[in-house]
Amino acid sequence: MKTAVLASETDFDGWRVAARALRLAGVEPVAARFVVAGADGQGGLFDIPYSAHPRESGDERNRDEFTVPAAFVDLARDVILHRSADRFDLMYRLLWRLRDEPDLTKVVSDRDVADAMERARNVSRSSHKMKAFVRFRQTHDAHGEAWVAWFEPAHRVVERTAPFFQRRFTTMRWSILTPDGSAHWDTETLSFGPPATRDMAPAEDEIEAFWKTYYASTFNPARLKLKTMQGEMPKSYWKNLPEAALIPGLTAASQGRTEAMVATPAPAPNARFMRAVARDLHAARPDAEVVPADLAEVERGVQACRRCPLYRDATQGVCGEGPKAARLMIVGEQPGDQEDLAGRPFVGPAGQVLDEALEEAGVDRVDVYVTNAVKHFKHEPRGKRRLHRTPDAGEVTACRWWLDAERRLVQPKLVLALGATAGLALLGRKPAVIRERGQALTLDDGSVGMLTVHPAYLLRLPDRAAQSEARRAFVEDLSAARHLIG
Amino acid sequence: MARLDLRKKLSILADAAKYDASCSSSGTSKRDSVGGKGIGSTEGMGICHAYTPDGRCISLLKILLTNFCIYDCAYCINRASSNVERARFDVDEVVDLTLNFYRRNYIEGLFLSSGIIRSGDYTMEQLVLVAKTLREVHDFRGYIHLKLIPEADPKLVEMAGLYADRLSANIELPRDEALARLAPQKDVAVIKKAMSQVRLGVEAARPAKRDKIKPPKFAPGGQSTQLIIGADGAPDTEILDRSASLYGGYGLRRVYYSAFSPIPDSSSVLPLSKPPLMREHRLYQADWLMRFYGFSAPEIGEGAAGGMLDLAVDPKLAWALNKRAQFPVDVNRAPREMLLRVPGLGVKAVDRIVSVRRYRTLRLEDVGRLTRSVAKVRPFITALDWTPGALTDAADLKARVTSRSPEQLSLF
Repeated sequence: MKTAVLASETDFDGWRVAARALRLAGVEPVAARFVVAGADGQGGLFDIPYSAHPRESGDERNRDEFTVPAAFVDLARDVILHRSADRFDLMYRLLWRLRDEPDLTKVVSDRDVADAMERARNVSRSSHKMKAFVRFRQTHDAHGEAWVAWFEPAHRVVERTAPFFQRRFTTMRWSILTPDGSAHWDTETLSFGPPATRDMAPAEDEIEAFWKTYYASTFNPARLKLKTMQGEMPKSYWKNLPEAALIPGLTAASQGRTEAMVATPAPAPNARFMRAVARDLHAARPDAEVVPADLAEVERGVQACRRCPLYRDATQGVCGEGPKAARLMIVGEQPGDQEDLAGRPFVGPAGQVLDEALEEAGVDRVDVYVTNAVKHFKHEPRGKRRLHRTPDAGEVTACRWWLDAERRLVQPKLVLALGATAGLALLGRKPAVIRERGQALTLDDGSVGMLTVHPAYLLRLPDRAAQSEARRAFVEDLSAARHLIG
Repeated sequence: MARLDLRKKLSILADAAKYDASCSSSGTSKRDSVGGKGIGSTEGMGICHAYTPDGRCISLLKILLTNFCIYDCAYCINRASSNVERARFDVDEVVDLTLNFYRRNYIEGLFLSSGIIRSGDYTMEQLVLVAKTLREVHDFRGYIHLKLIPEADPKLVEMAGLYADRLSANIELPRDEALARLAPQKDVAVIKKAMSQVRLGVEAARPAKRDKIKPPKFAPGGQSTQLIIGADGAPDTEILDRSASLYGGYGLRRVYYSAFSPIPDSSSVLPLSKPPLMREHRLYQADWLMRFYGFSAPEIGEGAAGGMLDLAVDPKLAWALNKRAQFPVDVNRAPREMLLRVPGLGVKAVDRIVSVRRYRTLRLEDVGRLTRSVAKVRPFITALDWTPGALTDAADLKARVTSRSPEQLSLF
């Protein structure tokens, strides 16, 4: 049996040096032992006393030296903070096996690896709980205000966790006292000291009464879930949490409080409310059946529209935009994701294509009334995105109420429909866009219409040549429209 | 004496705020107080500083600025017609409480909401003022979650995004019709528009690659909302459709589900009963399936009878029991997306399986070490030394894998 002596319970460097020496000497895991100096009054002769070992240095590499994955070193650094007595042995066993199984740390289904990872998780959790459950109390000394906490961590995580408090409370002077050791921050330097006792920390803090008030008030007695609470805030921590003293009382009273709430009949509304608020309650909503007399009424009507279910998943209705006596009206299919958010037509990618094409055709968009056949965005959610869906004939027909109102009120010389859906809304039949595009068509109210493709179609074309050809034809149609309106 | 008053106010205004389930302090930008004049840090992972016996965590100081309110939403304890005791904090009182709690490591920061007083604009201004004071006067770098008052001027929303980590506006009722009936002064369209503004703000603040100067931060912790469960008649499938629509439309980080809970001084239009906690739990599980497991709302709906999720089994198991032809799945070969659909395998377990099988062919025992309970997984997988045989198609499979009764989460 070979024994290695470590300087302290958390002496990772000492363990690393000793473990390497043992491994190089071919000492099998069953024959290796790690003890902490001073623990259990150990004395006598040791095979690998920690003081006898030179610390690592680059130039004395032994030809037998071997490397281990960085992940193993990180794992060992964590596991060694675990309170279990056999943690050094477990990690030595893993080190021993690593030479023949270099990928071992990745085989998390292996018994030893799973064990080590479980302990590392416990250590990490213990550090997380320390960040959560340390409670500082205010005190004053010769240097002024200071903050002191007494804490009992589940594992030996004080040194590992102290930098978190340094980053968080940089401008405060604080100390965290634990049975394993203490951490101190003087606003400039982080230092560590010997184990402490509870009586070295302040016994009270005047703000704790407020904290307890908050704890009790934020608790909802109608949803008691003690197991969930204890899973996250294990009882072992309760003795150092001022608020935990309230748990038994709150728990005991919860059933009675809930029953009382359920049993009490609804009281009469308070008098002040009846005087001040109640009469304003049922404000009239715009009536969707009234024929709009101007574009502002169209806007209000569209926002209240329930003629089809598309309003439900859309943000808002998107009405047309442009001069109320525009000579050219352009009708698209429906608002897209960006239009739905902004509440304005053609502001997304397809809108950009349209703007550029209009400019090329010599049409100023500010002179055009731009709108859509369907005023709400039809889509399907896919994770954090919304995928466009083509509106069906029923939705197009329902929304014609609004498009017809816009046409009646604006009375453009020409209505240009972009794509098949807009064509359907205009003509009452599904047109063959490519065949019918660019020609003047007489609409049922006697006005003039024209068809072309939707700019989104240009965006969808895969190859560049086809795209630029389609774009040229689109601009040509827009130019033809410009000539028609004179 | 003044102190006593403050404690009373705290008690009223914490009680008034507790029906909002959100408590998250995660997912914002990383920062700390090094080099600053104040205190505070956020390091990615949220921290829950305490748990109350209702199993909910305390991460933030969650309070209302005031519980006076001109709105009369039937489900809300603070509605105008309620006889509940009223109080109002000064801006400085909230700032002091936040800093005093934070210094003692009780909290990660502040979650401030408010009843509507005077107007949406006025109320939002007050909320923004608290956040601004914490950030600019005290150089506070902890977490701030501000409630959006949807009716407020977009300029105030913009300011809120400058100081807050997270913004939220609550939809509250899954059914628009119910919102119109139970919260007559609220308008779902206005709430959605506020959410749109937040999404556009967050997207505008994301620096493009070629930006030399970074745009100012805007709500780096994103936005969230809450749906109350059991106050209107909406079935689970409708609720999940609504969530999917909100996640897709506004890039929400979270939709919180809050079982409608009896409140003191309740309104006569709502049923008073124990909150449907198990239903709430199943909805959270379904929500997780949508966000991390590649399920769509309609797929989850396939396993829901009459639009309601099965209370006896989790929604993934319910789905799998309906789709047995897709099982068993070979843990040594199946693609990650399919492993994610195996009941009992969580995202972490799946990632471990995918990583380990590059080095070892997995046996059932190995799978057992990578997941919490192999009993639930077994009927749906094959491994090197395991095939479920007829078990996958057994008529009583549901009973076999649900040894625990759904009653375990019941109230008393």
